[in-house]
Amino acid sequence: MGFQMRPRLTTRPAPVLAVYAAFVFAFIYLPIVVLILYSFNHDGVGGFPPRHLTLSWYAQLFADSSIWDSVLNSLVVAAASVALSLTLGLLAALALDRASFRGIALFRRLVLLPLILPGIITGLSLLMFAVFAGVHLSRVTVFLGHGTALISVATTELFAGLQKLDRAQEEASLDLGATPWQTFWRITLPNLRLSLIAAGLLIFTLSMDEIAVTFFLIGRDNTLPLEIWGRLRRGITPEINAISTLIFAVSVGLIVVWYHLRARSLGGQAREFIAQA
Amino acid sequence: MYSRAYKSLVSIPPLLWVGAFLLLPYGLMFAHSLWAVRDGVIVHQWNWENYKTLFSNPLYAEVLFRTMRIAASVTFCSLLLGYPLAYYLAFHASARKELLYQLVIVPLWVSYLVRGYAWKTILGSEGVLNGFLQYLHLTHEPVGFFLYSPFSVVLMLTHIYTPFVFLPIYAALEHIPRPLIEASQDLGAGSLQTFWRVILPLSMPGLLAGATFAFVLSLGDFLAPLLVGGPSGTMIANVVQSLFGAAFDWPLGAAISVGILVITISLLFLSEILEKRWAFK
Repeated sequence: MGFQMRPRLTTRPAPVLAVYAAFVFAFIYLPIVVLILYSFNHDGVGGFPPRHLTLSWYAQLFADSSIWDSVLNSLVVAAASVALSLTLGLLAALALDRASFRGIALFRRLVLLPLILPGIITGLSLLMFAVFAGVHLSRVTVFLGHGTALISVATTELFAGLQKLDRAQEEASLDLGATPWQTFWRITLPNLRLSLIAAGLLIFTLSMDEIAVTFFLIGRDNTLPLEIWGRLRRGITPEINAISTLIFAVSVGLIVVWYHLRARSLGGQAREFIAQA
Repeated sequence: MYSRAYKSLVSIPPLLWVGAFLLLPYGLMFAHSLWAVRDGVIVHQWNWENYKTLFSNPLYAEVLFRTMRIAASVTFCSLLLGYPLAYYLAFHASARKELLYQLVIVPLWVSYLVRGYAWKTILGSEGVLNGFLQYLHLTHEPVGFFLYSPFSVVLMLTHIYTPFVFLPIYAALEHIPRPLIEASQDLGAGSLQTFWRVILPLSMPGLLAGATFAFVLSLGDFLAPLLVGGPSGTMIANVVQSLFGAAFDWPLGAAISVGILVITISLLFLSEILEKRWAFK
């Protein structure tokens, strides 16, 4: 009778909402588009419309050795941070998933704190710690800061991965006589592969971009964001647009790689499933 | 299923590390806040003077209130942009849903600094927006007030936190069982009523999570004011930063940091309690 007289909320077209969503997307993307566009603008950043397209800012960028030194520093710090935070994050995720001891809730909160705490707090407390311990600020202190703060990201990602894991495989492995060590390397770790890659990529990007914690822990060797920061104080130059555009391209490239990996692995799982059926 | 050795092996290293590199430094920050500076040297003389200064000097309260106003504006604007976007994606985007979702995520990979810098190039008096307005002959001279104001700080931070606010709201909306919405409609509620009485309450945990995140991170931001804020956009974390820099009063700076830490943790607890209250049972 009255059934289906009105279309469902979920299928009804919503033109006003669609326009609003388009507006939000425009807002989100406007600065990124402007940034990329003006990296090709002959007259530099500013004015409208951009004209006389040129690659000269990129040429200038490639000749700029201090930028590339800072990129190298950032890459080293990011790679080391991924190694540290993935290792400790994996252990912490395993502990949260499998161990139970008094104060584990507190431990979880403490590990996750840097995720939600303003970077200045983490950065300054580590600075005081370094000074107190008599350690000179260098790439090592930056790495310790990034690595420690990003354990939070690794733990969240890997804990989510562990929760989705099929425990039966590990139980079977242990029942069939494999040692816990063998089970870990041959069952747990391979099953966590995707979460590990995802967490690794995320941590790598976050470390490459990090500035609030780095700000207080940096020694003489600038990371890329700090190098850009230093130049911004002296004024705006399209070189910064050019390097930002390149970083953006690399980031988008990483996302595409990640989706490819995930799609292939999901595809693989589906094939296995069909083969078994 | 897991042996005692296994459990200790996975628990002890992260516990030690986090104890040494998070708990100890936070503790050290608290200790600093109870010390003092004499003749340019930090002396380990336990006292409450720094906290007394914070409460007695109205300057600090003033900056803190301004910071809270900015953080509240950022939270409000991010919700205003993020919630309808999440709603649209969850209920109306149908086939394009996955693509649009990715489009919200991609900007998260663009660095904070770079996005702030981009706004600087847009809003500046020699910037793109002024160029655009003059190109349209809407203005004839550069407009100076776009940049270096609390407004530009709110704009930049809203831009950064909108995707972060979007994510938990979208997740919450996606988890609402569709039959509940259909039941509400079949029982005669209009779409506005359905929104107010079914969808909004059920998405509350996501909304709270996003809002807390935006508020807390805006509260402790010191880079946006430096990049686009100017003197009138100075926030509480800038005061901390200058106390640790040129002003060299680490104990006072540490006391403000402890204050930020306490506010942050209280807000997290509050939000957790509220989330539980609204949680879908």
